[in-house]
Amino acid sequence: MGVVFERPKSLTQQKFHYCPGCHHGIIHRLVAEVLDELGLQDRTIAIASVGCSVFAYDYFDVDAIQAAHGRAPAVATGVKRSRPESIVFTYQGDGDLASIGAAEIIHAAARGENITVIFVNNAIYGMTGGQMAPTTLVGQETTTSPQGRNPKNAGYPIRMSEMLATLPGASYIARTSVHDPKHVRETKKAIKEAFQVQVEGKGFSLVEVLSACPTNWHMTPVESLEWIKNEMIAYYPLGKFKSAEEAK
Amino acid sequence: MSKVLMKGNEAIGEAAIKAGCRYFFGYPITPQSELPEYLSRRLPQVGGVYLQAESEVAAINMVYGAASTGARVMTSSSSPGISLKQEGISYLAGSELPCVIVNIMRGGPGLGGIQPSQSDYFQATKGGGHGDYRLLVLAPASVQEIVDLVKEGFDLAEKYRIPVMILGDGILGQMMEPVDLGSETTLEAGEKPWAVTGKMGRTKNIINSLYLDPEKLEKHNRHLEKKYLEIKAKETRSELYQTSDAEIVVAAYGMIARVAKAAVDMAREEGIRAGVFRPITLWPYPEKELNQAAAQAKAVLTVEMSLGQMVEDVRLSLNGRLPVEFYGRVGGMVPTARAVYEEIKRLAKTYGEVK
Repeated sequence: MGVVFERPKSLTQQKFHYCPGCHHGIIHRLVAEVLDELGLQDRTIAIASVGCSVFAYDYFDVDAIQAAHGRAPAVATGVKRSRPESIVFTYQGDGDLASIGAAEIIHAAARGENITVIFVNNAIYGMTGGQMAPTTLVGQETTTSPQGRNPKNAGYPIRMSEMLATLPGASYIARTSVHDPKHVRETKKAIKEAFQVQVEGKGFSLVEVLSACPTNWHMTPVESLEWIKNEMIAYYPLGKFKSAEEAK
Repeated sequence: MSKVLMKGNEAIGEAAIKAGCRYFFGYPITPQSELPEYLSRRLPQVGGVYLQAESEVAAINMVYGAASTGARVMTSSSSPGISLKQEGISYLAGSELPCVIVNIMRGGPGLGGIQPSQSDYFQATKGGGHGDYRLLVLAPASVQEIVDLVKEGFDLAEKYRIPVMILGDGILGQMMEPVDLGSETTLEAGEKPWAVTGKMGRTKNIINSLYLDPEKLEKHNRHLEKKYLEIKAKETRSELYQTSDAEIVVAAYGMIARVAKAAVDMAREEGIRAGVFRPITLWPYPEKELNQAAAQAKAVLTVEMSLGQMVEDVRLSLNGRLPVEFYGRVGGMVPTARAVYEEIKRLAKTYGEVK
């Protein structure tokens, strides 16, 4: 009987350090499966960012760089410009990408850098212990918005995908979720399309993945899935904001 | 090769190309903008990449990415922009990535001014970013020396896997001098086994500065220290001018060393035995060379375009053996040879044998 399920080659044997119910593990696996299926492992350079996924460089079995907080798209730009033949992706959280790294992501997209960005949005700062993120929903309680995010003080959450899709340099922008198996499959499809856009030299691609942080949301993993489905998707609608067909 | 007349900033660009640098990431700022302008024209002609970043912060991180792949890469800026690059410089040092960073200094603090200054000496030599690290800092004093030191800077950066800073000032960046650009360097491929290039069958390479385990971070810090000690032992550079019999030694670097030489010539005409010690490496500081230069000295005068920064290294090097005095102009004002000569005369009267 043939093997029907195995560890992707593009993942190392290292055990994930992620909390129970965290979605980084699923998303890492999807990226690794896509790299395997497209035969990109040997050509790929991963850029890890600062946040819970900082150790991504240990988990992906590809050459990797750890970047300063928010700077992964700039680092990826330096890599891709000096090695256009390499496949370059960043793996960034919402604090990293939408707050401290807002300038870097916008300009990488504006330049149409031929890189792929995996943007994991869990609406909170996970690694530092559950502080308010630029993507934290209005009313959402965090350790720095204990009464819930009040827009009068803290402003409104940013819809990065919609914003980036307005830039002519961005070729492929999609938002997906991993709160159930159907959406996990759709996420994989989007990640694959994003990497294909890069392989074909069509420019900047980004997949925003809505994901859970049960530890800092103070929910069970199952409650977290419901919260993504009912609260997050209501504010962050799923879909393709720029598709591969539009990408020239 | 015959000499050509070039502006300092443009000579840095051409020297980088001659040294095999094909990647430049920068952001405009006076008084160094001629350098990115020059490279934006020249790099595409030689198959290289010029990219104007969205900020100095992004530019230094692009350097981090390109250096990670083993490419020869450079960035440049002036004082306020170099402050913005400090985060990236700390990461480059921590991840042991070679590159050349140019600072054409202007007056500060804050937005300061756009006229020449030497007030970033502390930032360059003592570590402007966080953590226990050093940059190898080279201070040219002529357009010709820029060309020589840019090439040497790339070689040293790669030899030690360390970021190298070329520290000049607005005068050096803006002035024109005849220069021999020398021949093109041929770079050998495959000499950087640590670079990220895609795994291609080998074990994966990781470029990283994160060590959460304190024992491992200490080990990493000790590894860096070993490298810094080796650089200190082997890589100091300096120039001595009329020091063999000098009673008064003027310590100055970069353009101000040339002002000091003119002042020393004036002093010699008056029978004052004066000389100039010019450090070319600001880190590592040429301590031994300074002590040798000041072997016959009664006092040392440090002259800078700052309120007194390098003078601390002069005092540390001499370790109390000699009186060290300071003369500086700031804010973009340049010490004149006459003013330095007056200082030499004053020191000779105070400390010298010839009264």
